[in-house]
Amino acid sequence: MTATAPQSLATLPLGDDALILSQRLGEWAGHAPVLEEEVALANIALDLLGQARALYAGLSDVLGSEDEIAYLREERAFRNCQLVEQPNGDFAHTIVRQLFFSAYQQPLYARLAPVLPLAAKAVRETAYHRDHAEQWTVRLGDGTEESHARTQRAADALWRYTDELFEPIEGLEVEWQELAEEWKADIREVFGRAGLTVPQGPGKDAWAAGAGRQGLHTEPFGRLLAEMQHLHRSHPGATW
Amino acid sequence: MTSVTSPPRGGTAGAEAHGGPGAAEPGGPEAEGALQEAFDAAVAADERIEPRDWMPDAYRSTLIRQIAQHAHSEIIGMQPEANWITRAPSLRRKAILMAKVQDEAGHGLYLYGAAETLGASREELLDKLHDGRQKYSSIFNYPTLTWADVGAIGWLVDGAAITNQVPLCRCSYGPYARAMVRICKEESFHQRQGYELLLALARGTEAQCAMAQDAVDRWWWPSLMMFGPPDDESAHSAQSMAWKIKRHSNDELRQRFVDICVPQAEALGLTLPDPDLRWNEERGHWDFGAIDWEEFRQVLKGNGPCNEQRLRRRRTAHENGAWVREAAAAHAAKHAARSAS
Repeated sequence: MTATAPQSLATLPLGDDALILSQRLGEWAGHAPVLEEEVALANIALDLLGQARALYAGLSDVLGSEDEIAYLREERAFRNCQLVEQPNGDFAHTIVRQLFFSAYQQPLYARLAPVLPLAAKAVRETAYHRDHAEQWTVRLGDGTEESHARTQRAADALWRYTDELFEPIEGLEVEWQELAEEWKADIREVFGRAGLTVPQGPGKDAWAAGAGRQGLHTEPFGRLLAEMQHLHRSHPGATW
Repeated sequence: MTSVTSPPRGGTAGAEAHGGPGAAEPGGPEAEGALQEAFDAAVAADERIEPRDWMPDAYRSTLIRQIAQHAHSEIIGMQPEANWITRAPSLRRKAILMAKVQDEAGHGLYLYGAAETLGASREELLDKLHDGRQKYSSIFNYPTLTWADVGAIGWLVDGAAITNQVPLCRCSYGPYARAMVRICKEESFHQRQGYELLLALARGTEAQCAMAQDAVDRWWWPSLMMFGPPDDESAHSAQSMAWKIKRHSNDELRQRFVDICVPQAEALGLTLPDPDLRWNEERGHWDFGAIDWEEFRQVLKGNGPCNEQRLRRRRTAHENGAWVREAAAAHAAKHAARSAS
């Protein structure tokens, strides 16, 4: 724990992660496999949206209102990791994405809690998100042949987006290497219980994500923003 | 009502009960007569009927039908609003809408739970929804075309639902009445949010104001239809009133709703699309124009703008979730087996 107070825009990537994952989870409304998951996924989406709003509020002196930050930036100005912008896919895909993200966000917020009031509050929420994703990963990995295969496919597909999580965010004093090791140990443990294989990761020459924090995103992200921002942008200056 | 409990029927009491003829009860027709008398007395005394109490089969099946239809309406009703979650024009509105749609899923859970106390499983009820044997509120067969529709649904549709549902908090069946207390609290919150959304639009730019008026124009008449057919054509009303499942007639509730909405529309600065709307001093109520019951019948028959889409979306979500539910069941079984060994 070597955190010091975050510098000016250092929390923007955290806010963008939360907003974009919330947006993705919001797409599940009305489509979840059981009613309990309608409630759970919406709950996680709401928590993340609340985190994004609190983080954006802290940036308003520099970037303007929360709606200006969310609705009026272009794709290249967003600093979220590429993992959170990946399309929902099937339920296994959504769960594995959530596990990878929450197993990162929870210890990160725990480290930032002493210096970032939002992190102190949100760390409890993220622990719940992580727990929810963990339980489902184990259920799906262990459940049936089909659920196992789907979950393994999701893990294999999303693994390339995980290294990026540990790229240092400028202005956040965190032991990123230590965080990465904790995360990997955590995922190994959950995957072990789920009977899933931890992916090896892309080969040396293959493509791996690493530029979301610099504002380079994947193709699906443009559509996500188009949908999210369209109405707000259609009525410049209007209040809602 | 605790004085009379039904004779024991084994573990699946309710499931058998809502199909089986009452005369086959242990104890025979005489005991049945006494049970019926006790039930009638409890209803007359405004006591609550509880899951373990004896109840007539027709009372049970009426409740299952009504609670299931209500539960289905909650989960189908998520669709038209979820349609705008990803496009909500401010983060504050997005959070409110997400929370509202989540509440509807929660209402579905309580209501399926209430139906389960009568012996109908959620799975069985969902099957009936999916194959069209049970209905959901016809209002959700109309589309949400603009953001203002989210406000109009909150103000008018939730408003009509509350008018219908507040009396259900005193319904004779305990679990349903208690579920409704909680649901009505949340619904009235939603209704205020919808009204406030429309107010922001009505006081906004010209385009926003036009959007609000257009939404109210489209949702007004379907909202009035939510109270069901006129009293003289309502199939289930008389018996439900006698059982105190229902407390007021369709037309009474519709009039109450119109009387509440007219001044609210005025406060919004929006008009209601009814040239015949005028205050009737003698009645002490607002008179309103004739409802197009042919449209109502068409939508009920499946010919509304979104009937096919709503049901297909629901079935697809259910089918796509089958492997998830199977996985959860398989894991639970394996886990239990491992724990036992």
